[in-house]
Amino acid sequence: MIDLASARRAAREQGDFSPLRARVPYAAFLDVQVTLANGAPRFRLPFRPSLIGNPALPALHGGAVAGFMENAALLHLLLLLDERKVPKAIDFSIDYLRSANAVDAHAACEVARQGRRVAQVQIRCWQDESGHPGRTREIALGRAHFLLGDAQSQ
Amino acid sequence: MSARMVQKGFFEALRVNFAQAIPHTRECGMTVDALDETGARARMPFRPDWLGDTERGVYHTGVVTTLVDTVSGVAAMAAAGRFETIATLDLRMDFLRPAVQGKDLHAHATCYRMTRSIAFVRASAWQDDEREPVAVSHSTFMRGPVPGPK
Repeated sequence: MIDLASARRAAREQGDFSPLRARVPYAAFLDVQVTLANGAPRFRLPFRPSLIGNPALPALHGGAVAGFMENAALLHLLLLLDERKVPKAIDFSIDYLRSANAVDAHAACEVARQGRRVAQVQIRCWQDESGHPGRTREIALGRAHFLLGDAQSQ
Repeated sequence: MSARMVQKGFFEALRVNFAQAIPHTRECGMTVDALDETGARARMPFRPDWLGDTERGVYHTGVVTTLVDTVSGVAAMAAAGRFETIATLDLRMDFLRPAVQGKDLHAHATCYRMTRSIAFVRASAWQDDEREPVAVSHSTFMRGPVPGPK
């Protein structure tokens, strides 16, 4: 198995996120896509019919949106920090603003606080407004705490 | 037919509808094992896809969230006692211990307060022992109108 440092280097230097994603099978299951724009990771959940949670609307499953956002937060930390182990999620909280349409979803994260042992990550998730190029609709806001570094082994 | 029997029919309809009609829960292999006005139980079989850290061999917490979100919504709908649109307002997860690979995930949710507009739900998820949860959760749902005939 490729170590985290090499996986991170492939992502940062060659824009190849597959080794990093291979370390996180659930991110691969959801087919989470990563791009770097001026060093800031952007995440995309490609739409597929099996992500639907409400066929009547239709809308994406809220759990799939939450899972996507937790993956975004985790991959964000893996890309930006130099952790030797995968950070452990302590908690996660999500506010659903609108039901998610049956199209791709996007996410971006911000590390609001990074200490020696804990990082707080804020996650924003949105979709493109159909029929209105360039306009977006916010789907959900999330926040999570992760345990970092040596604190993880305690 | 008594109100009690109507209720029982509703719970069974909800359980079956859940298994057949929701693409994402079907893809994840989730099943609702038990359901009544006091709450819902669901399970999800282990798959290597669920891992969040291959080195440690532990579930991704997002997988636990998906199961908990689902069973919480089902519990809210069961407490409503009829098919209605239920929208999650928010959901909070505390990940108490890692869920380990090779074992299924179980979850139980209770709607402990229902108003005309809002359902308040708490839930927990575990693997071997319900008394040692891998996660606990609180969530709120907004009750929508009863879907009418199309």
